[in-house]
Amino acid sequence: MRVRATLYSPDELIYDKDFELDLLNAIVALSNFVIIPAMSYGAQLALGALGVTLIYGILRFSNFAHGDTMAFGAMVTVLVTWLFQSWGISLGPLPTALLALPFGILGCMALLLATDRVVYRFYRAQKAKPVIFVIVSLGVTFILNGLVRFIIGPDDQRFLDGERFIISARTFKEITGLREGLAFKTTQGITILTAVIVVALLFWFLNRTRTGKSMRAYSDNEDLALLSGINPERVVRVTWLIVAGLATIAGVLYGLDKSFKPFTYFQLLLPIFASAIVGGLGNPLGAIAGGFVIAFSEVTVTYAWKKVVTYVVPEDMAPDTLVQLLSTDYKLAVSFVILLIVLLVKPTGLFAGKAV
Amino acid sequence: MSSDPYSDRGNKDLSLGNPKGMGTATPVKQGGKSYPSAGGPFLIGENMTGGYGAGPDILHDCTIAVDRGEIAVIVGPNGAGKSTGMKAVFGMLNLREGHVKLDGEDITQLSPQDRVAKGMGFVPQTSNIFTSMTVEENLEMGAFIRTDDISGTMAQIYDLFPILKEKRLQAAGELSGGQRQQVAVGRALMTQPKVLMLDEPTAGVSPIVMDELFDRIIEVARTGIPILMVEQNARQALEIADKGYVLVQGRNAYTGTGKELLADPEVRKSFLGG
Ligand SMILES: Nc1ncnc2c1ncn2[C@@H]1O[C@H](COP(=O)(O)OP(=O)(O)O)[C@@H](O)[C@H]1O
Ligand SMILES: [Mg+2]
Repeated sequence: MRVRATLYSPDELIYDKDFELDLLNAIVALSNFVIIPAMSYGAQLALGALGVTLIYGILRFSNFAHGDTMAFGAMVTVLVTWLFQSWGISLGPLPTALLALPFGILGCMALLLATDRVVYRFYRAQKAKPVIFVIVSLGVTFILNGLVRFIIGPDDQRFLDGERFIISARTFKEITGLREGLAFKTTQGITILTAVIVVALLFWFLNRTRTGKSMRAYSDNEDLALLSGINPERVVRVTWLIVAGLATIAGVLYGLDKSFKPFTYFQLLLPIFASAIVGGLGNPLGAIAGGFVIAFSEVTVTYAWKKVVTYVVPEDMAPDTLVQLLSTDYKLAVSFVILLIVLLVKPTGLFAGKAV
Repeated sequence: MSSDPYSDRGNKDLSLGNPKGMGTATPVKQGGKSYPSAGGPFLIGENMTGGYGAGPDILHDCTIAVDRGEIAVIVGPNGAGKSTGMKAVFGMLNLREGHVKLDGEDITQLSPQDRVAKGMGFVPQTSNIFTSMTVEENLEMGAFIRTDDISGTMAQIYDLFPILKEKRLQAAGELSGGQRQQVAVGRALMTQPKVLMLDEPTAGVSPIVMDELFDRIIEVARTGIPILMVEQNARQALEIADKGYVLVQGRNAYTGTGKELLADPEVRKSFLGG
């Protein structure tokens, strides 16, 4: 270990705090490669899962079109971002996409209200059973899928601008003198901050406002809500509007953090549903917890632990493999396995949702 | 497999759908108009014929009514259509024939929400509280259509049912049967209705609680709210009734004052156990 210490700074040879330093380096590496990425991915999943869980709780079906709803909202945001960029409008260090986000949300709201009007309302009037809605939503998925690719194309689109890092790995190393750098991307910071704000707003809305309570009442007992003078169509509309907001925000944050590609949103459906089910479908708190459970599992299982392990264990025990449980190509399998385990062992999810 | 394409196939998978709390009513559509129709009792479902959705008729030319300052009681065997009659009066299902009139207006075409706004309050027989919401939220939801200050009414409900005040922050689903019924009645009273409809308010509660609930209901009636009530405990209910209806197979079998029905040998033999 002493030998390795020479690599970074000769005078550090003098101190005999190698192990502490190694531990610190291990923690920094862990934060850099696991904790921070998983936090922001978890926040994105949580926002997606909240949308799914709201629809499940209030409109009573699992909305398979949610991934593509996110893609649509994000697409509108991307297009408006490009427009703003061409006009030379920017937010300085922050991504211009944040300025375009409200337009994306509006576009997504219009889309969802239109879909409800044209498609779902008919089935609601028939009192169709939830499973029919699920299949209908699958049809909507395909249409949205095609629509998004038709408008923006199937390829990766970049729309991120502004400052890339809040703290870059190099700055961190310079400040701390540690060997490992800790990068904190602007998009990660924005993701976590936005998620906290959105979740706080949503819970305030559902628990404190009249409309929010009427949505919970409708979710609890439709007939009694009707008897109390609550307008079911209004509840449905407000739900779609909120879901549009959540889906667009989740989609844009994901797009900023990774990149915008229509197909990845369809793939996101699995981890999002896994999050919602792990937390307990229909339970908003569960959706958030589930998002982080899935994100942390996915990142830890697919992370190559070699570096962190090398810092922590004695020199002669340092691994010569990557210590990676699963290649990142298989990251979707993680959600799938967790989903299976939860459905087998505790189908109501960690926070006792509605599924039995 | 059923012939109805929107029925129950493949609905056991709760990770796909959430049937709990799903509506069963096929209510009168929104946007209907009411029009003046003078005369008659305060609230009447007149010559009602109809059933659930496209299903068979359950009610056949059935009439139930309650007038100002009265308690009207509907009794009859299980499956007679008592609950169906109440729902029909409230617009929770479509009538094929007949009218519903309230306070000199024909409201047959009004949706349930509009009937709430007209001053009708209804406590259904089953699922009559929001189980996942607190007692206080249940009462708030009862007052959903009101835009004025509801704290006065809520205080009145807490006076009427003191136990609810104690439990106001508890989820209504965690309460005992009798307390749930109090929540249900309280919720319906929150709109300050002009007429109250109760479907078996004493179902599933102990005899002591039942007497207590009856007392409370009479107390409400004394405040001037007419009450139309379905009751299993026919004898006790008819004793306090100004008007009684015996329904059999969706039809009016006997109608009269509470005392008349209690005295009628036919009614006694068939419905009051001799
Ligand atoms: N939601 C419903 N859909 C279809 N049929 C129903 C429904 N509810 C009740 N029925 C039928 O209507 C008839 C009358 O039921 P109900 O009005 O509940 O009787 P009661 O309240 O007098 O016991 C019964 O034959 C019952 O099967
Ligand atoms: Mg009944």
